[in-house]
Amino acid sequence: MENCIIKNENLSFVYDDEGTSVSAVSAVIPPALDDVTVSIKKGEYIAVLGHNGSGKSTFAKLLNMILKPINGRVYIDGKDITCEEFTEDEMFEVRSKVGMVFQNPDNQLVATVVEEDVAFGPENLGLPRAEIRKRVDEALDVVGMAEYANHAPHKLSGGQKQRVAIAGIIAMKPKVIIFDESTAMLDPLGRREVLEIMEKLNREDNITVINITHYMEEAARADRVLIINDGKLLLDGSPREIFSKVDFLHSIGLESPQGTELLFELSSLGYDVPTDAISEDECYDALKTLLGKGGKLA
Amino acid sequence: MISDITLGQFFPGNSPIHKLDPRTKLLLTVAFIVAVFLANSPLAFFSLFLAVLTLVLASQISFKVILKGIKPIIYVLIFTALINIFMTRGEGEPLISFYIIKIYKEGIIRAFFMAFRVILLIIGTSVLLTYTTSPISLTDGIESLLSPLKKIGVPVHVFAMMMTIALRFIPTLIEETEKIMNAQKSRGADFSSGSLIKRAKALIPLLIPLFVSSFKRADELAIAMECRCYRGDKNRTKLVKLSYKPKDFLWFAFGILFISLMIALRIIPQHISGSISEELFNFLFFKI
Ligand SMILES: Nc1ncnc2c1ncn2[C@@H]1O[C@H](COP(=O)(O)OP(=O)(O)OP(=O)(O)O)[C@@H](O)[C@H]1O
Ligand SMILES: [Mg+2]
Repeated sequence: MENCIIKNENLSFVYDDEGTSVSAVSAVIPPALDDVTVSIKKGEYIAVLGHNGSGKSTFAKLLNMILKPINGRVYIDGKDITCEEFTEDEMFEVRSKVGMVFQNPDNQLVATVVEEDVAFGPENLGLPRAEIRKRVDEALDVVGMAEYANHAPHKLSGGQKQRVAIAGIIAMKPKVIIFDESTAMLDPLGRREVLEIMEKLNREDNITVINITHYMEEAARADRVLIINDGKLLLDGSPREIFSKVDFLHSIGLESPQGTELLFELSSLGYDVPTDAISEDECYDALKTLLGKGGKLA
Repeated sequence: MISDITLGQFFPGNSPIHKLDPRTKLLLTVAFIVAVFLANSPLAFFSLFLAVLTLVLASQISFKVILKGIKPIIYVLIFTALINIFMTRGEGEPLISFYIIKIYKEGIIRAFFMAFRVILLIIGTSVLLTYTTSPISLTDGIESLLSPLKKIGVPVHVFAMMMTIALRFIPTLIEETEKIMNAQKSRGADFSSGSLIKRAKALIPLLIPLFVSSFKRADELAIAMECRCYRGDKNRTKLVKLSYKPKDFLWFAFGILFISLMIALRIIPQHISGSISEELFNFLFFKI
């Protein structure tokens, strides 16, 4: 268990009327998260899927102590963050280790100048000035926004704002970054940029990436997919395993990537095609083989 | 479009005034305001005028911009000037006497200095602060100057943070207002005709969505800030640290010199400064 950066045991959470946790599971309000046990290894690239209101954001917020679970344990980097004697200083250490990027880029940027916004996290950590400077420059470089260092955030495009928001997190040198639907409000170009940065961070800096998303094509690129449904962790496996369960996904209001769906339809019509192809290239190859064979029924 | 409104009217530049530390400018502004209210003789007003002229020239802000800044208050100025002219009762014979309307020399002098004082005040403060200081460095300056108050429990950092966030979100909210307005207009809402009450009522469907979304924004921003380890000013450092340069001290020296001059002009026995003033005034306005 040494290389587990995140470990959850029987994690549960219920929102009370004020949106904070209550001490006992109430019978009226269904739990937003119900008995979730999962371990995530250092450097993994994880996608989390689930329909609206299934508890994905709640799950994310439990990992950096924005919310406190009513039940269960959370270990971050080997430390139990749910134990009683956890101090405030330790809490902020956890938050600097587990960064979070949200959906609306506008609502994450605090300062009126790009570089001051990126500096916000390191400033809160109380780092010396030279170190903040270094981190800000590096982070802006990583997301390709160095030339905008002195711009006002409100004049940037959505994708650019989101990249600045990511830089703000990178500057805290986290070990895990959770992207909570960070591509949802972006156009295709912005989405690709953000996805590329996400994967680069995972590949080159060995940062554990958790991408909460509604885009199946994005999820198909991850190492591992978690499916949360009505607060419960339903499936946990490789994208190939998960997306080949097309019928099951439909039953919980989800879909497979479009190509996989197409192959699934074809196969249910009796054509001889593989149903575990998930990337576009694989689906393309499968269709090409099928057409090469003259599209014969199996 | 509404989004053209630039808050605080900051004009980026590289003039000596732009380069001053915001704290220096804030302190000079306070000194300047005091000086304006100390001035009560023509000589003092003349010195003020020279000081403002120096500031304007040093700031490299064009006269056109400066004049534009006075435009919005021109009616208020004229109104107060007229009141002063008609209401002031002098000692000597009135210059003009028409039924109950009597205009005295004192009234004219008073109206003139009143207007002059307000104009100088506006030009001086806007050149020193708003035109030449970015809102963010202004906020930093205020926070730094007020930081001694932290010792007696004034939440200086919180106020500065609030100001920064307000500045950050004003353009965003303006953009959003425009969007909602367009959405309502496309469904037949009319914001620009009808009686005042009707127009005010038309604003309700604009304000409610704006409020609701602002609260949502505030909520999300608060969580995002927490995720970035925000914990007030506890243990917090800054990327940009304000530091006084030699030129700041030079300007401080100017400021002190100037305010001493203004105090001196104020406390010099009235008959001396008065007679100098009188001569100067007569020279300026009646000989030319
Ligand atoms: N602040 C809150 N107060 C009360 N209930 C909440 C609050 N936030 C979320 N919930 C409820 O908790 C459940 C899980 O919400 P959560 O935001 O985790 O879902 P999600 O999977 O992130 O959904 P989405 O895809 O829409 O982002 C939902 O039923 C939601 O209504
Ligand atoms: Mg969510």
